[in-house]
Amino acid sequence: MKIRITRYLRIERRGELGLMGRILMKILAILLALLFSAMIFAISGVDPWYAYTLIFVKSFTYSGLTEIATKLIPILLCTVGLTVAFKAGVWNIGAEGQLLLGAIGATWIALFVDVYDQLRLPLAILVGMVSGASWGLIPVILKVRLNVNEVVSTLMMNYIASGIVDYLVYGPWKGAREWGFPYTDKFPDTAWLPLIPGTRIHWPTLLLSVLSSILVYILLSRTALGFEIKVCGQGKRVADYLGIPYGSRLIIAMIISGGLAGLAGVGEVCGVHRRLRYASSISSGYGYTAIISAWLSGLNPIGSIPSSFFLAFLLTGRDIIQVSLGLPFATSNIFNGSILISILIVEVLGRYRIRWGRWTI
Amino acid sequence: MDYITEFIAMMVSASTPILLAALGEIYAERSGILNLGVEGMMAAGAAIAFYTTLFTRNIVIGLLSACIAGMLLSLIHGFISITIKSNQIVSGLALSMIGLGISSLIGRNLVGTPLRNSLGIVEIAILSDIPILGAFFRQNTLTYLSYILTAILWYILFKTKIGIAIRMVGDNPKSADSIGINVYAVRYGCTLIGGVLAGLAGAYLSVAYTPTWIEGMTAGQGWIALALTVFSAWNPFYALIGSYLFGGIRILQFRLQPLKLSPPLLSTLPYLFTIVALALLNIERIRRRIGAPQYLGKPYHREEAWM
Repeated sequence: MKIRITRYLRIERRGELGLMGRILMKILAILLALLFSAMIFAISGVDPWYAYTLIFVKSFTYSGLTEIATKLIPILLCTVGLTVAFKAGVWNIGAEGQLLLGAIGATWIALFVDVYDQLRLPLAILVGMVSGASWGLIPVILKVRLNVNEVVSTLMMNYIASGIVDYLVYGPWKGAREWGFPYTDKFPDTAWLPLIPGTRIHWPTLLLSVLSSILVYILLSRTALGFEIKVCGQGKRVADYLGIPYGSRLIIAMIISGGLAGLAGVGEVCGVHRRLRYASSISSGYGYTAIISAWLSGLNPIGSIPSSFFLAFLLTGRDIIQVSLGLPFATSNIFNGSILISILIVEVLGRYRIRWGRWTI
Repeated sequence: MDYITEFIAMMVSASTPILLAALGEIYAERSGILNLGVEGMMAAGAAIAFYTTLFTRNIVIGLLSACIAGMLLSLIHGFISITIKSNQIVSGLALSMIGLGISSLIGRNLVGTPLRNSLGIVEIAILSDIPILGAFFRQNTLTYLSYILTAILWYILFKTKIGIAIRMVGDNPKSADSIGINVYAVRYGCTLIGGVLAGLAGAYLSVAYTPTWIEGMTAGQGWIALALTVFSAWNPFYALIGSYLFGGIRILQFRLQPLKLSPPLLSTLPYLFTIVALALLNIERIRRRIGAPQYLGKPYHREEAWM
């Protein structure tokens, strides 16, 4: 497929890009997004250069980097989970809700269940993951059984989850010692995830998140189950043709996806806040951020690590410009959105290349 | 005004923005384009309408600029999902993010600023004196516009050739193309209608409903509108009824506090209803009767020389 533009210039379709080519495309997309956001900032009277240098200088300090690492944990867990779901062709927009359910599950074990002290934390992690996974199960079962569009249902489930969290912290789970704040009581220290001293980095979860990205990489590229999940991503018809049980593979993919998002929720309540708070403070949009991160990684579980790091950096940048420039918190959404848009555009442009030289055919 | 009439009046005025946005999204989705960017287009529309009305002191210019803002944002979505046929879900989410970001950027120095010339309530003579139902005629101009638009958009969608073309493009773009309908043009048109109405819905919030700038003005109403689109089975008339249900739930959140009904739990009801409606709509027998767009969210590849 070739399009002649002039006698010496034409556009033609090229083969698959190599790893370096794909990485370069992603970097190009990020640069485009930064440029686009800078334009919007400049139009509305904020000096983009000042804002960008501020983000850079303040992020790469000790406190900036530990903050990035803290935010990296939930984003990476959700990203790896979403990668599995997206590979299976399940458009899980619901990592946010699955994360919140994980937080609810962990809180329940931490505050309201009588167990041995040594078991409290492991059980909180387990129950959090199961809660996240079961929240993901509802839309995927509706998809498999009734062909319900999972984009809409997972999105709706996020708002239901955040309503439940708010109900709990304003109502039955409201802490006795919290003076009217919508928080539960502080967890007993047996339910705390250990931190790296002097930081908020809950390292067991960090380890688990990196481990999950390696395991999911192995799952997707080296196992039969992973292969079957990827085939299902090509559509039900392909899966049926190859005799792969479509429904059960989708359900497995969603259990992994929701379980990892649930673990992210456990990390937030047992590692960072040590209590359940109102929904928007538990997860400042990590589940949605992970969608960007998954897309930026090109649905590669190992690539999720750098892409989640980048998104964690952006979220930290958001806090920096909020404090230093007095810009509202939501402003940084411009970056996030334009990154997604430019990835989509660059992906398509990447399928073509411009050739110079005399037209021969 | 007695309690019921007052409740109805509040319900109608709370449901206008979600109705306007849902009417636009119905057209987009009927043509096969899923635009998850409603929240962002509403947020941008709200901010731009507020800003321009504040500085030009002219509400009409404010409303128009909100429509244009919504349209420009939806144009991005149209370009990505129709022209380059990339991922509609990702693009729509991106649009929501950009719109919310632009909204808070524009409104950053306006927080708390009241709008002097907001859209006031216009009572329609005679009709507004009817007991209870009179509440429907004690509203502002945009709410009246929403009634009229519901009727017009319903009529176009189900009773005219244009409507048949739109539904056909959403159900089976290939056969629509084969009888000479320009699939791309129809999809662009419907996506832009969605953008215009979402922008207008946002403008309603900032110049009519709460004419003081608040950060996060839309507060998730774009997602409710998206829910309403599905809940209404892509029918403007059902969207009108559904919007009163969702708007009523919204008002109840503020009014039923003494009755020990948890406001956060009440706020989940529209989403819960929508999931149930989605499940019911996908039961084959019901779907045949309602006619949900079969090609929703799927790009149309015409067999062309390139792409």
